[in-house]
Amino acid sequence: MITRRNLMISAAFAGAASMTGSIAIAEGDKIKVGVLHSLSGTMAISETTLKDTVLMLIEEQNKKGGINGKMLEAVVVDPASDWPLFAEKARELISVDKVDVIFGCWTSVSRKSVLPVLEELDGLLFYPVQYEGEESSRNVFYTGAAPNQQAIPAVDYFLDELGVEKFALLGTDYVYPRTTNNILDAYLKSKGIAESDIFVNYTPFGQSDWSKIVSDVKALGADGKKVGVISTINGDANIGFYKELAASGISADDIPVVAFSVGEEELSGLGEADLKNLVGQLAAWNYFESADTPENAAFIKQWHAYTGDDTRVTNDPMEATYIGFNMWVNAVTQVGSTDIDKVIAAMPGQEFPNLTGTTAKMLPNHHLTKPVLIGEIMEDGQFDIISQTDPVPGDAWTDFLPESAVLKSDWPGLDCGMYNIETKTCVQKKSNY
Amino acid sequence: MRKVLMTLGLFLMLALPGVAQERSSQTVPATAGQAAEPTTALAAVLAENVKKIAKPSRRTIGPVIDEIAASGPGASRFLQAWADRRVGLRKSDDTLFIIAEQGQDYALSDPVTGAPADTAPRREISEVKPNSGVRAVIGSALVRFLLSDPDPAKRREALTAIERDGEASHLAPLRASIAQEPDAQIKAGKQRLERLLTIRFGKDAGERVAAIDSFGSDTGLDLRATLNPLVATTRRAFEGEPQGNIAKTLRPARELSEADAYALLVAANMAPKRISEAAMKQALAANVVDGKVGGLPLADMSDPAKRALAYSALAKAGTVTPRLSETEAQALIDAHSYADIYAEPDATVTKSAEAGLARVSRKVAMMQSVDLGLDGLSLASIYFLAAIGLAITFGIMGVINMAHGEFITMGAYTGYVVQQFVPDYTASILIALPLAFAITFGAGVAMERLVIRYLYKRPLETLLATFGISIALQQLFKNIFGTQARPLTSPPWLEGALQINDIVSISYIRIAIFVLALVFLTLYLWVMKRTRLGLEVRAVTQNPSMAASMGINPDRINMLAFGFGSGIAGIAGVAIGLFAKVTSEMGQDYIVQSFMTVVVGGVGSIFGTLAGATLIGGLQKGIEFLNPSNTLAAQTYMILFIIIFIQFRPRGIVALKGRAAGD
Amino acid sequence: MRPGFLAKNPSVIWFLLILAIFTLVITLLSHAYGPGVISTSMVKTLGKTLCLCLIAIAMDLVWGYTGILSLGHFAFFGLGGYMIGMWLMYERTRDIVLKSASDFPMTPHELQDAIGSQIFGVVGSSKLPAIWHFAGSLPMQLLFVVLVPGLLALVFGWLAFRSRVAGVYLSILTQAMTLALSLYLFQNESGLRGNNGLSGLQNIPGLSADQDHSSVWFLWASACALALGYVLAAAIVSGKFGSVMRGIRDDEARVRFLGYPVEGFKLFVFTLTAVIAAIAGALYYPQAGIINPGEMAPIASIYLAVWVAIGGRGRLYGAVMGAFFVSIVSSWFTGGRVPDVPLGFYTIKWVDWWQVLLGLSFVLVTLLAPKGLSGLVELIAGLRPPRRGGAPLGPDAGSLQEEEARE
Repeated sequence: MITRRNLMISAAFAGAASMTGSIAIAEGDKIKVGVLHSLSGTMAISETTLKDTVLMLIEEQNKKGGINGKMLEAVVVDPASDWPLFAEKARELISVDKVDVIFGCWTSVSRKSVLPVLEELDGLLFYPVQYEGEESSRNVFYTGAAPNQQAIPAVDYFLDELGVEKFALLGTDYVYPRTTNNILDAYLKSKGIAESDIFVNYTPFGQSDWSKIVSDVKALGADGKKVGVISTINGDANIGFYKELAASGISADDIPVVAFSVGEEELSGLGEADLKNLVGQLAAWNYFESADTPENAAFIKQWHAYTGDDTRVTNDPMEATYIGFNMWVNAVTQVGSTDIDKVIAAMPGQEFPNLTGTTAKMLPNHHLTKPVLIGEIMEDGQFDIISQTDPVPGDAWTDFLPESAVLKSDWPGLDCGMYNIETKTCVQKKSNY
Repeated sequence: MRKVLMTLGLFLMLALPGVAQERSSQTVPATAGQAAEPTTALAAVLAENVKKIAKPSRRTIGPVIDEIAASGPGASRFLQAWADRRVGLRKSDDTLFIIAEQGQDYALSDPVTGAPADTAPRREISEVKPNSGVRAVIGSALVRFLLSDPDPAKRREALTAIERDGEASHLAPLRASIAQEPDAQIKAGKQRLERLLTIRFGKDAGERVAAIDSFGSDTGLDLRATLNPLVATTRRAFEGEPQGNIAKTLRPARELSEADAYALLVAANMAPKRISEAAMKQALAANVVDGKVGGLPLADMSDPAKRALAYSALAKAGTVTPRLSETEAQALIDAHSYADIYAEPDATVTKSAEAGLARVSRKVAMMQSVDLGLDGLSLASIYFLAAIGLAITFGIMGVINMAHGEFITMGAYTGYVVQQFVPDYTASILIALPLAFAITFGAGVAMERLVIRYLYKRPLETLLATFGISIALQQLFKNIFGTQARPLTSPPWLEGALQINDIVSISYIRIAIFVLALVFLTLYLWVMKRTRLGLEVRAVTQNPSMAASMGINPDRINMLAFGFGSGIAGIAGVAIGLFAKVTSEMGQDYIVQSFMTVVVGGVGSIFGTLAGATLIGGLQKGIEFLNPSNTLAAQTYMILFIIIFIQFRPRGIVALKGRAAGD
Repeated sequence: MRPGFLAKNPSVIWFLLILAIFTLVITLLSHAYGPGVISTSMVKTLGKTLCLCLIAIAMDLVWGYTGILSLGHFAFFGLGGYMIGMWLMYERTRDIVLKSASDFPMTPHELQDAIGSQIFGVVGSSKLPAIWHFAGSLPMQLLFVVLVPGLLALVFGWLAFRSRVAGVYLSILTQAMTLALSLYLFQNESGLRGNNGLSGLQNIPGLSADQDHSSVWFLWASACALALGYVLAAAIVSGKFGSVMRGIRDDEARVRFLGYPVEGFKLFVFTLTAVIAAIAGALYYPQAGIINPGEMAPIASIYLAVWVAIGGRGRLYGAVMGAFFVSIVSSWFTGGRVPDVPLGFYTIKWVDWWQVLLGLSFVLVTLLAPKGLSGLVELIAGLRPPRRGGAPLGPDAGSLQEEEARE
């Protein structure tokens, strides 16, 4: 499998070389694209897929003749799930390899590690994962969902459609669940849910013993209110959680669970028998592989052809990478250069069709408009899309926490990512890390 | 070993068939269907509400469903089809049909009469997907149709619907259906539900109190879920004496903090909102005149006391609203009364409900501790299973094997690979268990022969060498199996949980692990105490040279013992993979815990390991119980406890004495 | 110090010389002070590597010379980093808050709150925890760099050595301590930003120089610390004290019978090396830019032991070489610039395989070259390689063999 893929890459590069060979393009005339995703360590499980996605998109773009006649060249580094190493590798990419753009990072802490380097050396990063918000850097474009594009609509769905009155917020103990749950806590209270009706639990990464937590959740039903679980449990810990949930016989109609970090990829770690018991449980994303659009069908086909593996699933961060990459290509084509300042200036306002049938637009706060999709788990490990909203503009600073309600980000207009609308000052031009 | 694994992995890659996801995109020319004329009431309702039915929302669909339910014949059929997602909308003319899959097409039937109407290609039909909230509303509307349905499954469905969203309107049909219920089990269910509904919706207090009392000290979750809302209270402030069904009167500064009391007053519009520090600051900042605020220099404003002075100066001048003084606030607080008021107006019912809850609370608490105990026991058996291999390699032979976790992983992956070839889950597990043992036994023997036997004298260097093997193996797993988690599915007879009651339950897979742990405890004891191998192992570990002179080959014994320990780790891997995940890093989660289990228990004694596992598992669940919102803290404190424990009992719980202790 | 110190330890002069030349060459080739042949990121990597060399020396003292395989020294390293990180973060945030504040003066309380919500807004809280009380004062935090890990090591060591926990038990116990500490820091309640840790540490408050310059200064600071650490360690191991340490390593019981307070010696070495590790950490993290609990995971401490083993334990320069070699090689392999090796049927991509290589090299070094890289030095220096063999010097498992110890 690996061999085949390599053959394909080398063939693609050979093709590109022979095509451009006649125009005699010098080495310096290539556009370098940095790929900063962990290929080893704990995060490799998620990030390798995105590395492959970027490589696939680059190959595709080169087949189309590159950008403005220049071929793209990927520089892949391995930050090995080691957060300080992300900063080191980012510095290397920008100052040694002189890349024109970086696609990378998954966890918030890795992004926070890279931020100072990006802002110091004036780099450009496309960050493709849903995150907790509360940030807007001049040098970063956030193509994943902000909380108001995933968490808040999902909670609305719970409140309005499922009539949930009591919430269990389960999460892995790190910054994304913590901040998201904080926002949700404030939001739920604003919707009249009492403090005592919100149960919060944090578990370590890779937690595998879920019996106690699942029975705690079950016991929440004792006061006659409908219980719903909002899960920000990360990565493979979900497998144990869902297995325990399936074993305890809790159906989606009794206690619905909506997950923000469970996609097609995570479900592939569960067997059919377990999936059968999870049918109807929910996930909220901006993309599902099951989206029925021609763009999506083409993307999946391309992905299967590229990986040479028809069982490889696609997921939300891949779509975010896809949108970000294409917007960047369009911006570079438009300004006719890879100059960071020009590209950053050209990015807001870019539009590109997403894979679910609507159009993504880059906003002045460097976030995207995204539709919110809610899907029910099906027996084959895919999601049945049961609700899809119009594209929602991403909000860098949440309106539901008092400290950040007064903040606003507008790069083209105010040249500030952290503007206090009460005092009318820019709190800081660099981002908070 | 590397080669073996690589070939294994390559085999796997070749063998994995590419299961293409079927996506039907085939179109068949549509044949025009005959739309039924709206002749019945149902047809009229449907025609009128096509849009709402096709995209239902729980908030708004209620009236439509009520209308449909009341529309007479065919209503039940349509509602059932709708809830089961068997309703489709033909895009061409926006008509609803009941649909059934027929090859690549949908067979359509009339939603009113149920008569077959037509077929249409999938493209033409958009399936109506009511979400689970809407399905619940439909289910609730269907109750009256299904309560006396001839199909017992349907009747059970109706009961589940009442359980989930019982309504006052369900009470009458439910009562009526009890008498002619043929199935005893369903009848009992109906009677129980009838009493629960009576508690909620009974017509007078006497009936409701009687229903409450009829449950005695039943610990059912449904009963508590019915009683708790009755005793739910809201906290309110009153002018004069508290009104309504009072649960408890609250006196400020005693049962109620004064700040809370004031907040209640503000919420009830009985007192003005207090001006916050931030608002005060804003007001001050807005009134800076020539670098002075309220007569004080701006620079002084970093002092809160000066700020208050400046503010009162401004207030005196009338530029800002004056702040409420403490005495004024106190007077307001004292002038009102506060109480928790039941939402349920009838005092006899709330009293009886409180009594009912009090009756069960003790039993519930007891059950909860039983459940916690089971959880602890289960965790202990998992730790024990993971550590039992170490009890041999580390506990008896004294070899620190950092790659023990990777042997667990290897076992789990063996299970996964077997499931790729043997689709039957029962058979695959039965094959996987011995195979995992064989493979990890082989890996253990290879490691012992190639590395460890050169390092018996140097335990610390064994640690390093095996650590090297551990990271190499981990990366190798990643290269072979990829970084994603792999499914390892338990056989159907291990699905689900043993529900003793609504509180105490334990999943069958955990019971199986517990049994497996017991089996291995027995096996270990049998091998060590009753077989020649065990005798020789004990002899070699106690005195290798003496054993050698008695004709035992220490090399061979060490090799076999090490293989045995590793083999058990492999089996533990299959078991752990069944209840949690299978990834290349799963072994890492258990390695530190396993070492601690052995050390805490006391090196060299299997009962020590057992005690260690029980202590660690029980302790962890105990701490989780005390701090349910943070499982991470539980782990931290458990490890801290172990560190301190070892300081006081360095040799563990079951300390070996004399020569065997190795001193 | 007797005049014989340097003569007895020719390696010290060599080491200092090489270190000085190394640092000078890097400086002259750097972006800030030269043609820029060596990039700033490389300077940072090298600076960090020197800090790792320093902690490797600490590890060699405690393990190579005293025979205590501590798997907890990276915890002290991390704690040192946290202590300095608190000051860096607090000061930087205070500057930002003050700069953005309106003209209306803030009360000290408001200032604290503003800093708190800036620092902790990321992890969803806004209060500055009590442990940040002294974060505004550099001298206090510098003191804590030494004090906090030192005290922790003292208490832990006193408990452990007092109950005669030794050998592999001690290793497991120290590993448990590291795990507990990192799990504790992973929690948000610990008040150190949980999983996110402290970030943006490379921006030194009050320092206007850019990263090109400051990275070189940190390189020098790290080199000086390493030089001092090396000399201190050499002084300790060459004297009488060193002999007792080696004695404890080879036969603890005999040393105790000779009347030496073994526990005291061990405790001293354990605490001293913890402090050295903490200082190394305090220099390391401002160069790395971010510190979080993941850094202190038990595996980091095992790696540390491996560096020392690869370099050759019981020789100070060996420890330095091991740390330097492994960290540079791993940085090279993760850089993605190592060419793939096509085997025809399979292409070896080093990103996938270098960890396998690393793991196997541990095994090979332990089995075949117990003296590690320092064996090479001895070969070059023409030192007669002491043969491994003969009877063990002491009954303790792991004591040196007769021939090996003949230095």
